[in-house]
Amino acid sequence: MKIINEMKLEFMGVPENEGFARVAVSAFAVQLDPTLDVLADIKTAVSEAVTNAIVHGYADAPRGIVTVAAALRDDGVLSLEITDKGKGIADIDRAMQPFFTTQPEKERSGMGFSVMQTFMDKVTVESTLGEGTTVRMQKRLREG
Amino acid sequence: MEFERRRDTVTVRITGELDHCSAQPIRRELDGLIADPGVKKLVMDLQDMAFMDSSGIGVILGRYRALALRGGKVAVKNMNPQVKKVFLLSGMDQVIQIM
Repeated sequence: MKIINEMKLEFMGVPENEGFARVAVSAFAVQLDPTLDVLADIKTAVSEAVTNAIVHGYADAPRGIVTVAAALRDDGVLSLEITDKGKGIADIDRAMQPFFTTQPEKERSGMGFSVMQTFMDKVTVESTLGEGTTVRMQKRLREG
Repeated sequence: MEFERRRDTVTVRITGELDHCSAQPIRRELDGLIADPGVKKLVMDLQDMAFMDSSGIGVILGRYRALALRGGKVAVKNMNPQVKKVFLLSGMDQVIQIM
């Protein structure tokens, strides 16, 4: 399996960039000619990961940098890495439970990771307190 | 956001995208529409809503909770496939009618 194209975005972690990130990744992924449903899945998962970085990662230090790296592989798979250098996640297993949220007063649904897991083929999370979080996701766009 | 009131029902057409960025202004507008205690039902017409992520779940459930306190309810209609997938994943169809 070989990488046939890749890109990297760095942007300020402000809510206005959530839409930018999902549209940019969708435009990148379209090279492999995925269906509209698959593109919608990718946009939704990217939106969740970037929102988490802004809302949780940089909760105590707004406007930190969010990085989105994407790669297209010759086996038809899109792989994504969304990284923040924010506060990190204390308990990843708990954070990934449906409806778990640290911000119920802000009407956060706690469904972000559930959406990512449902809409993508593979989701893994790596996080270190005080250093940040990386969410890695994969989605098959077409048969390789 | 266009809306129409008939007796105790407000129907509102939400346009654009519902994510964390747009959630706060949309929430504020919806709360304004249901502020009158005479409103018992909020119908959200999502025909022109192109995208929703889990932030939308919070917005819809929050309005449901507010109306349920006065015996009211929330319904949605005209969801596109992406919005419906997020909606169903959250289990909101247990408490919110799909028209």
